[in-house]
Amino acid sequence: MTFHKIAAASTVSLLALASAPQAQTQIDWWHAMGGELGEKTEALATAFNAAQSEFVVVPSYRGTYTETMTGAIAAFRAGEQPDIVQVFEVGTGTMMAAEGAIVPVYQLMADAGVAFDPAAFLPAVVGYYTDPQGNMLSMPFNSSTPIMYYNKKVFAAAGLDPEQAPRTWADVEAFSRQIMSSGAAECGFTTGWISWVQLENFSAWHNQQIGTLENGFGGLETELTFNGPMQVRHWENLARWQQEGVFQYGGPGGGADAPPMFYSQKCGMYMNSSASRAGVLNNTPDFEVGIGMLPYYDDVAGAPQNSIIGGATLWVLAGGSADEQRGVAEFFNFLSSPEIQAQWHQDTGYLPITQAAYELSQAQGYYAANPGADTSILQMTLNAPTPNSKGLRFGNYVQIRGVIDEEFQRLLAGDVNAQGALDAVVARGNALIREFEAAN
Amino acid sequence: MQSKRTIFGNKGLPYLLLAPQLVITAIFFLWPAGQAVRQSFLREDAFGLSTTFVGLRNYRALLDSPEYLGALKVTVVFSIATVVLALGIALMLALAVDRMLRSAAPYTTMLIWPYAVAPAVAGILWWFIFNPAIGILPFVLERVWGYDWNHNLTGSDAMILVVVAAVWKQISYNFLFFVAGLQSIPTSLREAASIDGAGPFKRFWSITLPLLSPTTFFLLVVNVVYTLFDTFAIIDATTGGGPAQATTILVYKVYDDGFVGLNLGSSAAQSVILMIIVMALTFIQFRYVERKVTY
Repeated sequence: MTFHKIAAASTVSLLALASAPQAQTQIDWWHAMGGELGEKTEALATAFNAAQSEFVVVPSYRGTYTETMTGAIAAFRAGEQPDIVQVFEVGTGTMMAAEGAIVPVYQLMADAGVAFDPAAFLPAVVGYYTDPQGNMLSMPFNSSTPIMYYNKKVFAAAGLDPEQAPRTWADVEAFSRQIMSSGAAECGFTTGWISWVQLENFSAWHNQQIGTLENGFGGLETELTFNGPMQVRHWENLARWQQEGVFQYGGPGGGADAPPMFYSQKCGMYMNSSASRAGVLNNTPDFEVGIGMLPYYDDVAGAPQNSIIGGATLWVLAGGSADEQRGVAEFFNFLSSPEIQAQWHQDTGYLPITQAAYELSQAQGYYAANPGADTSILQMTLNAPTPNSKGLRFGNYVQIRGVIDEEFQRLLAGDVNAQGALDAVVARGNALIREFEAAN
Repeated sequence: MQSKRTIFGNKGLPYLLLAPQLVITAIFFLWPAGQAVRQSFLREDAFGLSTTFVGLRNYRALLDSPEYLGALKVTVVFSIATVVLALGIALMLALAVDRMLRSAAPYTTMLIWPYAVAPAVAGILWWFIFNPAIGILPFVLERVWGYDWNHNLTGSDAMILVVVAAVWKQISYNFLFFVAGLQSIPTSLREAASIDGAGPFKRFWSITLPLLSPTTFFLLVVNVVYTLFDTFAIIDATTGGGPAQATTILVYKVYDDGFVGLNLGSSAAQSVILMIIVMALTFIQFRYVERKVTY
């Protein structure tokens, strides 16, 4: 009696199990978005899964950008790779060189027969991820650009106009000294990402070359050249300002100690990714935050030019079935739709990747309600990019970023001068690029 | 003459009994080590799509690289400082506990606690304490002595930080063995020395230390291996090898070049060199230091 009941129940549940998810193709997506950004990322997959029934995207958080990328590469070597992996912009050179391991997005879209118009994307974003023929290789996902945040309360206390962001580096220095001498704050400014903000973007913003062959877009034989007089002058100033307390160093990489210095009102100004906007606003309930563009040296011809992006794109790894690839194409199409893009842009502070998403955000009144939220877009599209300012692409660039941090630390410690530090970055960086060239 | 050796009739049985250990050694040591040796002669892109045999180039490049020689120097400083401090402090604490009669047990328990903390967690703890922007220690140093602590910029500050964190983590382990070692020294020997008029220092140098030498030797070997490998998580969580590679020890560089930089050939060559260094050190310790050990 009891046995029959159990047997009947098991049969029913077995049938249910067998019939339900059979039809759906699973698409694995490895990403590096933790915390709040992680929730927003997972929500995108949930929305896609709810919108159709053929595919199911399974996002999985894999740690930092570096961990996600190396994890995916190790998985590829073992034949267990995910369909989609999120790779940060400095990994672009490595991914591009891996022909046979990746499926370029333009090809994926063509094979899957999904309508796809590369012209709909913001050129400043997509330009970073196209091959020399203009074909899109990876799908822009979260792109940002560095901007200036400042503490309006500190500005007012120092007798500065709280509505006026510093425009030039001379302003930054003068404002800093006024902030310090008036006792409004202990230091003038701090910054995240020395490499990305104070060298790469600094170069693009002043229309200075980062490397030969269009900053490396032209081929693997490129060489770094960012040890020019402008960059040397800027690093010299940073080192001097650090000694005088005008500037405080926030540590290597992203500069983990920089945000707390701004949040605790120790420093009055702070440069970091536009995607930090939500975090900055959340962490500064005690004062109002103003937003401005990056400062520039006004005696440099062509400055300000335009800033360049950072962030990550989605790469498609080879080896998935035709069904999986079609699912990936549909998912990418979903991600680039104006509604989804505009929502993502407004939720996170990352740039909208399509013109339509930007216009939709405008129409929704987002920028009017959130002053400063469009600073990143305006700054990035300030001028048509020149070969010096459309981005950069070098092999082994993850390591070169590390070299930049090391030499900057040696500069601040007084072991070397600015010219010596930048010369060392270029020499060590070029050696790494040659190694990459030889291996690929 | 009759041999005392036991003769097993079955020739296969000993091998069968050894098999589990041999299989584990083969899978978890010999095979990966062999892979590392093979990889160290190759130049490969990250995905393994194109592979070239380059002979000893990876090794030669390392020996020519000032960064690698720097890491070697950092490792020597870090290892010696950590081993000496971890052994010295643990021995002092063990001696102190050994003299206690009643309250030894709670102290022992408390001193063992840090060992239960995972290295990465220990690293984060010290990272918070020493953090130049939000940490308590730099604040105190600045207020009391006017010392501007910044391990993001000053190499020696960073080295002190990782040594303190590594030592703190290892003291418990050493302490436990020293306490056990001290308890196994017969009290009668020390009493006899006291009766003969030896003071506490004389007793320590002539009785305790020599009789403790097997423990000390064992701990020396274990601690050296600890500083060379297990401190990775501490360094990763506190300084990330910086500033300007001031705390990049060899094993951290293996990780940094291999897993962050994706230069697998160089990383493998470094692993092989590290393996040879550890083998040589262990050999030297057993060959020369062990002679001074009284069992």
